[in-house]
Amino acid sequence: MSTFASARETTEGRIYSVTGGDWDDVTNEIGSAKEERVVVNMGPQHPSTHGVLRLMLELEGETITELRCGIGYLHTGIEKNTEYRTWTQGVTFVTRMDYLSPLYNETTYCLAVEKLLGITEEVPERASVIRVLMMELNRISSHMVALGTGALELGAMAPMFFAFRERERVLDIFEMVSGLRMNMAYVRPGGVAQDLPEDSISKIRELVVDLRKNFRDNERLLVGNSIWIKRTKDVGYLDLAGCITLGVTGPVLRATGMPWDLRKTQPYCGYEDYNFDVITTDTCDVYGRFLIRMQELEQSLRIIEQACDKLERLNGAPVMVADKKIAWPAQLALGGDGLGNSLDHIRQIMGTSMESLIHHFKIVTEGFRVPAGQVYTPIESPRGELGAHIVSDGGTRPYRVHFRSPSFSNLQATSAMCEGSLIADVVAAVASIDPVMGDVDR
Amino acid sequence: MSEKGMFGVSGTGDTSGYGGLVRASADPTSAQRPYGSYFDDVADALERAYPKFSDAIERVVVDRGELTLHVKAERLVEVAKVLRDDETLRFEVCLGVSGVHYPESVGSELHALYPLLSMTHNRRIRLEVSVPDSNPHIPSLVEIWAGNNWHERETYDMFGIIFDGHPALTRILMPDDWPGHPQRKDYPLGGIPIEYIGATVPAPDERRSYQ
Repeated sequence: MSTFASARETTEGRIYSVTGGDWDDVTNEIGSAKEERVVVNMGPQHPSTHGVLRLMLELEGETITELRCGIGYLHTGIEKNTEYRTWTQGVTFVTRMDYLSPLYNETTYCLAVEKLLGITEEVPERASVIRVLMMELNRISSHMVALGTGALELGAMAPMFFAFRERERVLDIFEMVSGLRMNMAYVRPGGVAQDLPEDSISKIRELVVDLRKNFRDNERLLVGNSIWIKRTKDVGYLDLAGCITLGVTGPVLRATGMPWDLRKTQPYCGYEDYNFDVITTDTCDVYGRFLIRMQELEQSLRIIEQACDKLERLNGAPVMVADKKIAWPAQLALGGDGLGNSLDHIRQIMGTSMESLIHHFKIVTEGFRVPAGQVYTPIESPRGELGAHIVSDGGTRPYRVHFRSPSFSNLQATSAMCEGSLIADVVAAVASIDPVMGDVDR
Repeated sequence: MSEKGMFGVSGTGDTSGYGGLVRASADPTSAQRPYGSYFDDVADALERAYPKFSDAIERVVVDRGELTLHVKAERLVEVAKVLRDDETLRFEVCLGVSGVHYPESVGSELHALYPLLSMTHNRRIRLEVSVPDSNPHIPSLVEIWAGNNWHERETYDMFGIIFDGHPALTRILMPDDWPGHPQRKDYPLGGIPIEYIGATVPAPDERRSYQ
């Protein structure tokens, strides 16, 4: 008598449901079956599938003959929802797509809205530098999850503790700057929601020093570690031709030796003014992608340092466009009941100026109009090319918002990476793509 | 006060409060030569490499520093192949498909947009194909760019555009038995009952209210 839920016959063949129990019972019973071919359903609730990803594997012994992904379990209709909200409210939606790199979603959305408005040049430099600073911090926190959970999925526990220790420090900075650790809706069309708090630059500089030291912990654990190399070297192979035809970008593409990074090739937010290197490896495998993420951490720290220098120079400069018809009317301040419109502003609109009150009301409830047209703005997120295709019909709400999310495109490559390899390598391959299911399903 | 309707909304599932606003769709004007930037080079190269250019390209739009080529649906595969293979063009990467639904533009309600990227020349352009709602067929580009597979499934799922020649055009984000295509403009936000394993959750305007 087996302890797992019993096998049952279906028109497709015999089906075993494994929900805990003794694996020996399962293997004994499957082993006694005549057929070698086994179809395994992995996920969508599985700790090693990196989120609610479902994998359907066809196996001959331990070798995968066919792999298919089942996605859509996290589809939330964000693109549709934005059509029913103002342009500013859209930020609050899109930040929730790729929840590990929210600032990238916000920035690409805002760059698109600004391009539609024709105010790309008018966004203050300080706002752009803050965006770069926050994005690079976000790249670190996102890569930390990729490395930590990737290692955990391959059975290495300690790297995750180190990675999440570093990630927490970065999220503390986010909380200090925006009030929130994730999904902060901090970047807004025309600039950013709020200037940095007073002592933030010194805190970020402290963090950079600590991170540079702490990153060595994981480096010592994994780089060159023979067990780690055995699990990752020559696993999940995808060469340049495969990446190009599948539209794969980001670290997976750079692991084929292609130095394609939009921050260098098609700069935005002033990235052309920063010194950093595009990291590549030429192994096309999981280990190469791991090395790229490890080394990109240092490049992000370099950019953060340069951004801090710039911010010190730009101290006191505006962080939102001057155009009052676009800019949010009030700065936020901490009141008795939490963060809200500053008391000075409320005193002004309620007590002194009827016109200010009307303006505030119109901008906040109706929003601004965006001239008709469509744009596509790509940026380099931690996972690859993140693009926002946004259509306006001239109204106060987006007509259509589509996100070309790197996770969605890169996840397609799972079959190409895994077919013909062993089942244990699937976990490594998926982890090296680093898909965020919120980004895949949107 | 009525007994029905969450948030005081009735007759629609849209609880955003913007439901009553009607908007017209945008119709950008065609661009005239010179297009500026590298766009003239791209257009020249395509004309040279593809003799049927004037027949296949309905309109060229240059807007906000982006070039859009409006391509006839039946010529899409030929144009895409030239754009990918000609060495002066070399648009090796297609970044997917994005659908847009313009219910007011009768005869070309459904649009599919393909952002293309040339890593060789560091250029971007966009293809736009429009088809009528009554005959929503666009040839699939999976043979040209394999990565379009999921993107075309998504656009089919969300807009009902049928990509002829796609290896397995099934829904990808919505459940397989979902009725309708959610991102079309005639599909409400909310306002439809949700079925879930034998139970049905009514639409927001049909739910009991506790006012």
